[in-house]
Amino acid sequence: MKPTGPKATLHVNQNEGLIFEKSSAGKAAWKLPPLDVPEVDAAKLLGASERKDLGNMPEVSEIEIIRHFTRLSTWNYAIDLGMYPLGSCTMKYNPRVNEAVARVEGLANGHPYQPEKISQGALQILKTLSECLIDITGMDAITLQPAAGAHGEMTGLLMVRAYHHAQGRPRKKILIPDSAHGTNPATAAMVDYAVENLKSDSRGMVDIAALEAQMNEDVAALMLTNPNTLGVFEQQIHKIADILHAKGGLLYMDGANMNALVGKVRPGDFGVDVMHLNLHKTFSTPHGGGGPGSGPVAIKKKLEPFLPTPVLVTRADGSLGFEYNRPQSVGRVRAFYGNFGMFVRALAYIQANGPDGLRQTTEDAVLNANYIRKGLEGTYDLPYTTPTMHEVVFSDKLQAKKGVRTMDIAKRLIDYGFHPYTTAFPLIVPGALMIEPTESESKEEMDLFIDAMKAIAEEVNEDPQIALNAPHSTRVSRLDETAAARKPVLRWKPPA
Amino acid sequence: MRYLPKSPADRDAMLKAIGLRSVDELFAPIPAEYRLNRDLKVPRQMAESEIVDYFRQRSRENGEGYTSFLGAGAYAHYRPVIIDSLISRGEFLTAYTPYQAEISQGTLQSIFEFQTMICELTGMEVANASMYDGSTAAAEAVMMAVRLTGRRSVIVARSLHPEYREVLATYATHQGMPLSIAGFANDGRLNVGELEKSITPETACVLIQSPNFFGTIEDVAAIAEIAHKNGALLVVSIAEAVSLGIVEPPRQADIIAMEAQSFGVPLGFGGPYCGVIASRDKFVRQMPGRLVGQTVDKQGRRGFVLTLATREQHIRREKATSNICTNQALVALMVNIFMNVYGKVGLKELAKQNLAKTAYAAGQFAKHGKILFSNAPRFNEFVVQTEEDPQAINGRLLKRQIVGGLPLKKFYPELGNAALWCCTELTTRSAIDAAVAGVAKSEAPAPSTKEEAEEVAR
Repeated sequence: MKPTGPKATLHVNQNEGLIFEKSSAGKAAWKLPPLDVPEVDAAKLLGASERKDLGNMPEVSEIEIIRHFTRLSTWNYAIDLGMYPLGSCTMKYNPRVNEAVARVEGLANGHPYQPEKISQGALQILKTLSECLIDITGMDAITLQPAAGAHGEMTGLLMVRAYHHAQGRPRKKILIPDSAHGTNPATAAMVDYAVENLKSDSRGMVDIAALEAQMNEDVAALMLTNPNTLGVFEQQIHKIADILHAKGGLLYMDGANMNALVGKVRPGDFGVDVMHLNLHKTFSTPHGGGGPGSGPVAIKKKLEPFLPTPVLVTRADGSLGFEYNRPQSVGRVRAFYGNFGMFVRALAYIQANGPDGLRQTTEDAVLNANYIRKGLEGTYDLPYTTPTMHEVVFSDKLQAKKGVRTMDIAKRLIDYGFHPYTTAFPLIVPGALMIEPTESESKEEMDLFIDAMKAIAEEVNEDPQIALNAPHSTRVSRLDETAAARKPVLRWKPPA
Repeated sequence: MRYLPKSPADRDAMLKAIGLRSVDELFAPIPAEYRLNRDLKVPRQMAESEIVDYFRQRSRENGEGYTSFLGAGAYAHYRPVIIDSLISRGEFLTAYTPYQAEISQGTLQSIFEFQTMICELTGMEVANASMYDGSTAAAEAVMMAVRLTGRRSVIVARSLHPEYREVLATYATHQGMPLSIAGFANDGRLNVGELEKSITPETACVLIQSPNFFGTIEDVAAIAEIAHKNGALLVVSIAEAVSLGIVEPPRQADIIAMEAQSFGVPLGFGGPYCGVIASRDKFVRQMPGRLVGQTVDKQGRRGFVLTLATREQHIRREKATSNICTNQALVALMVNIFMNVYGKVGLKELAKQNLAKTAYAAGQFAKHGKILFSNAPRFNEFVVQTEEDPQAINGRLLKRQIVGGLPLKKFYPELGNAALWCCTELTTRSAIDAAVAGVAKSEAPAPSTKEEAEEVAR
């Protein structure tokens, strides 16, 4: 079946096997320069530790590698191809100047252990980015060390733990709303906190009465995503912070949805004590098919003694350096200083925007989500009518009557030339369609998206099978995930 | 703003469609007292040319043009040009985690190939799609061993990268995992006698690195035997992936935690890098991180999907094997392309060049200092002990645009005036000779002052 709608069309797509299936002895894509020191006898130097055979490693030429990965690349959807409305993932444009500056020689080739004297360029980037992020979040200090959002969560909770320990009142549990990302409870478990669920009220926000009832001296912190995963700003945020603080607890903010706030409101101003950012969401560093990310953690003054080591400092002579002697530190969470290449990209993004651009970006992101909400209201069920910030969550309630669920609608959207939205999350909305357009979409692209979603809703009414069997225009149809998990084949093996 | 695809007229039309008069109404849910009524204190909006200039300037202040002998967990190897050509394709660069398999087959197949090649190189049966880096991979591998054995205490080799040890200590603090350290013997390898004494029926695993922090290759078979005899698992960290071209992989290990930065990933002042965990099939359900598996579509065509997700946080929440979500996919793709370029024969030849350069360098340095641990095999790093403080030596070298070996006093005070030197295929003979000349005290123009040494130490 052909692709559907004005956005997508047919395109010849090359088949390509596994690289191992192209390999044959004697082909090569490498050439080393002649050795300028005497040859050595590996057997003599290494003895029993010498490796004789590299098994089934491929032997292929350069053109084959280029074609292999280029062909594979054409099987992927990408932001560069069109709207990628994954809710809570913030799939925004990845500026190319970011890539160019990350590859400048002294930054790309800088060794983490080179003397500080010749590392001032990299350290200046760390300092400038830190200052920007501190002002954007309204916090007092920051660590850039965590490698991703979940790693930032762990670092933040370790600091929470160290803080309570220093107060002489170690606590046992973390409150987490039922709308939270799975990483939140998984992280709490990693730092040995018990997880207690906090239910949402009928408007999709934290149930204040429930919070008051559950809050006690055993609670170390509340992990709150704001705006939450429904795209709803917690309007009672000041009350939430007060309830926690009154009993000595801390407010942790998951900054996954910071794209709704930058330049408009600062978490530090509404009572947050500790939060992480995702540079690969809000600050435009590329997702790269699942990473690398970067998860800086910003904190209030009272948590500063507990920052991971090392901490960036300005020395008496004005030069920058790292301080390692931090007796109350939670320790190190990663070797070296974090995903530096992502810091370069994030700073380039901030520079390209400036204060006015960052504000406009946030306004456009929220405007886009509300435009989509308006366009699809009535066509899809809107379980929470609370005002929308940067993302909107519908449910498949109307389509489910025809046996079509959110995943089916998502798969059909592929035939219209779009990446699906986030399906079946947050858990408080059965059959959720979670849509985050970001600021990177034009009115035209969103109109096409709204039209596609409406057309799918009509199809569901007329012939549910179309969605149930979708996608129809991809090189593979729906894959058997059950079989994949039951008898895992996790690597290629040579034919027997 | 040049990244935003809307005209003022577009914005007006959209507001009108929503039924609003101004964009401010969209932010009405935010209590007024918290709204920011000033510009953020960030640099003003800059032109692309200004941004490029800014970072070029920072690059000039960052050791551009220096010759370096640093390794210690971050290695300077040649990066074939096609790595950046291919990873710059928007379809790889700007795609999300491949949850929607039908439009992510490119990423999925490449990860499947990556997993396969890591298995081939490490001698393991299963490898994951990547971890943050070598240090966190080692910590997660230890936690995996704790889950698998139901035991809690861990023995860590002192010859494991000191920063990896620090990361493990951070992870272990609140997991109720007591850590003990096993020292190294005169040959720089794990002190086997000490290990035998400290291992108990409570030991979940022994964590070593090979080649270890000193570049010395451990006797993995002997250590594995002791671990297994006591019902413990052996976890081996590999920080220098190129060693796998010529050094026998730790096949006796139960879990391998690797840092694959050497395979085509820029030094980048410490990251992003590419951790990986590899292990045995029977342990797969306790592995952290994403896994790609082969399956078929409705028509029976081969395809790939993320699989065994019931281990992961988005399904299991607080009962997950790890909280890891975003990993290092694009960096794993660099590693993948690198492995394809060098392949079965090239990796061996590349590793041999590293071995030859290092053997030559160690021979030259031996004329002016003592090479420690020279009675055990090594790959591309070695420890030079000198009469003079290595900080002073490095101060002299830095003036000649040479970054000398890593002084070890901070990590291993017991080794005295020792430094860890590294040579790769990129280290030229003339650079080695120049560095050796700098180390030789007699050739120093003038003894460097204490202040100078302290300055360099920072």
